[in-house]
Amino acid sequence: MSTASVPLPAWINYGVIPLINLILAFFFSGLVVWLIGENPFEALKYLVIGALGRGEGIGFTLFYTTSFIFTGLSVAVAIHAGLFNIGSEGQAYLGGLGAALVALSLDHYVPWYVTMPFAVIGAALFGAACAAIPAWLQAYRGSHIVITTIMFNFIVSSLMNYLLVRVLIVPKAMAPESRTFLEGGQMPKLDWLISMFGGKLGAAPLNFSFLIALVMCYLVWLLIWRTKLGYEMRTLGHSPTAAGYAGMSYKKIVMITMLISGGLAGMMALNPVMGASARLQIEFVGGAGFVGIAVSLMGRNHPAGIVLSALLFGILYQGGAELSFDMPAITRDMIVVIQGMVILFAGALEYMLRPAIVRAYQQITGK
Amino acid sequence: MSLDTQNEPAIELVGIDKTFGTVHANKNINLTVAKGSIHGIIGENGAGKSTLMSILYGFYQADHGEIRISGKPVSIRDSQTAISSGIGMVHQHFMLVENFTVLENVMLGAEGGQLLRKGVASARKELKRLEDDYGLEVDPDAVIEELPVGNQQRVEILKALYRGAEILILDEPTGVLTPAEADHLFKVLRVLRDQGKTIILITHKLREIMAITDTVSVMRRGEMVATRKTSETTVEELAELMVGRRVLLRVEKGEANPGKVLLSVKNLTVKDSRGVTMVDDVSFDVRAGEIVGIAGVAGNGQSELLEAIAGIRKPTSGEILIDGKPIAGADPAALRELGLAHIPEDRHHMGLVLKFEEYENSILGYHRDARYGRGAMLNLDGIRKSAEEQIAKYDIRPPNPRLKTANFSGGNQQKIVVAREIERDPTVLIIGQPTRGVDIGAIEFIHKRIIEMRDAGKAVLLVSVELDEIRSLSDRILVMFAGKVVGEKSGEAGEQTLGLMMAGIAA
Repeated sequence: MSTASVPLPAWINYGVIPLINLILAFFFSGLVVWLIGENPFEALKYLVIGALGRGEGIGFTLFYTTSFIFTGLSVAVAIHAGLFNIGSEGQAYLGGLGAALVALSLDHYVPWYVTMPFAVIGAALFGAACAAIPAWLQAYRGSHIVITTIMFNFIVSSLMNYLLVRVLIVPKAMAPESRTFLEGGQMPKLDWLISMFGGKLGAAPLNFSFLIALVMCYLVWLLIWRTKLGYEMRTLGHSPTAAGYAGMSYKKIVMITMLISGGLAGMMALNPVMGASARLQIEFVGGAGFVGIAVSLMGRNHPAGIVLSALLFGILYQGGAELSFDMPAITRDMIVVIQGMVILFAGALEYMLRPAIVRAYQQITGK
Repeated sequence: MSLDTQNEPAIELVGIDKTFGTVHANKNINLTVAKGSIHGIIGENGAGKSTLMSILYGFYQADHGEIRISGKPVSIRDSQTAISSGIGMVHQHFMLVENFTVLENVMLGAEGGQLLRKGVASARKELKRLEDDYGLEVDPDAVIEELPVGNQQRVEILKALYRGAEILILDEPTGVLTPAEADHLFKVLRVLRDQGKTIILITHKLREIMAITDTVSVMRRGEMVATRKTSETTVEELAELMVGRRVLLRVEKGEANPGKVLLSVKNLTVKDSRGVTMVDDVSFDVRAGEIVGIAGVAGNGQSELLEAIAGIRKPTSGEILIDGKPIAGADPAALRELGLAHIPEDRHHMGLVLKFEEYENSILGYHRDARYGRGAMLNLDGIRKSAEEQIAKYDIRPPNPRLKTANFSGGNQQKIVVAREIERDPTVLIIGQPTRGVDIGAIEFIHKRIIEMRDAGKAVLLVSVELDEIRSLSDRILVMFAGKVVGEKSGEAGEQTLGLMMAGIAA
């Protein structure tokens, strides 16, 4: 028996270990900042103040957080069934088309709250549709879902290029984007939420999608741990042979799981498309689908953990942008390095320190 | 070798102590094994036998204590030092390269130089000598995967001898052998002993201990509780020492009262994914109120037969009827509805999800049932309550439905499966290896439940590679060899007769 199987109390597993990993990540990021000749403490200060210092910063942070919650949930749902969905990026992109089509058709006629449920459904349906073919190939043909979902990221990207350049573009405009939605096709900003804490949202695009994301967290939790379907997904994820023994249909579970996963990724589009820019733009996902993988892993594939890690990545995105503005020596690429450190230490090297912590814990408790 | 070392014991373990986290696996173990003897070590799963042998073979280091080989203290840091100290190990699961020849496997790790040619020549000579000296005939150029299991085991023994082993440790060596192969192994072990080798035999089969060992030590919960001369002890005493209380070794059961046919298999043929016929035109009936046992060496189609009946594997041809109704194409969920319960051979990969908490496993396969939650939702309180009832009724320990299943012992894991399948009151119960890796106390308990099912008028189909188990539980015995049922005997059939049939020799 190794230290890997020694049980630790939850506050160490979910509190102390992630915290130490995060501190390590910041330590090494600080080292990199110091190497290029900047003061790491200054940099940290800019980053934190930029992300959390003012209402507007918080608004941006939570805006990014919203996107990461959706894609994080998308990845997590698939992982529970043992499927690694790398395609959240493309599913979100196609979801944007669904949301935009709803907004474009309804914004002249109805207020936002009538458009909203249709947009949610439209985004989810298009996201799910993007996941459906890889899911079918995995379930019925055994093609590996990792490969097929990656391929679909490219397929969707080309499809959207075509649609935005040729079909949805405003006639005679230069930018490959749809027309701007009227108010009936926009998600309202959440000024009131920030005002409740005495801040001002300003230009930050935090919008109603944030609340939808939180509702989805609850629904995903309910699905995974409180429904029969979730039980079957988890059984399949842990042991396909046990699932077969129990009479669970592999094909059915793979299909349903991937449709839900794709749907959640698709909903991510609500946030930038209907919440921020009020139009469908090219490459609007901007890597949020891939960040979702890190968010889900860091959040232990649990909705509560996903909210926290999405928040952390939101802070890194927003704070990083401010930081590169205040310290020109630190470019956007540097921010990516720092984000990479966080993923490395908090995700990939998650268990690196565990044996030492187990020993320390055993010594302290005398067991 | 001087005279005084000749009289020293081959192995002395003094005060060996080992803890893993909170588990005290070996407590102050003292053991002396005389040179040129066969020493048995017996104990239930988790008694600490494997840990002790792993310490001796250098996989683990003891926290305290001393190992002496031929009277000299040695520090065994890894398996290399174990080998150079003259210790050889034959593992339960063979450590052979399947697509290498016998000779290549024997040489592995002792090739002698960068180029193989010279090493091969001398290895061939040495191998020939070993084979002649100890009666271990194997073709040195045969590829391992083409050899029968018994011969593969001989290669393991040859490997150890080739490395100069004076002390051989065998870990559950007969688990994969036919009775005839086991007999041959025992013959070889006696020859080895008579030529001065020392043998440590780890097993949980009391019969083997009685048949072959000179002395025997019993382990229980990490402690060495007794050492006896085999000639001065009895099976009953050893069993009691192992479990710590009196156990019934013989299952008590009354006459069977077979009723109507509940499970019927007709001309069933099953091919595996490679297209190899695993079950070949098999037909039999199981009646209400009887236990039909399927004997056979592992890998002769029993597993595939069970999986086909359970709906997990699609038969190529043939028919299966439950209570007269054909069940072609029914999946395991539909079969459960029809009253079929299945205790699978492999609880780790099939019967349980080890990462689940106990209560989650208590509904595996029955989770769609209305009593575990209305509609799409699970009723966790209800499930935990019913899990607690099963825990109480089947004495599952520790009695905690929130504990991760992987943290239960093998016997208690098996009880979780047995409880789940029997508590549904099925009409047909099919069981694979009900007591594999299960301690004696739990074996007794599980056997009683199986007999109770029979007496309650259920049809029970039992597959086991433990011939003793088949013989003590079954009312009728079918023997499978190479996918076919090669014969049927009554429950009283002799071990020899069955053994020959299992080896495909006599029908």
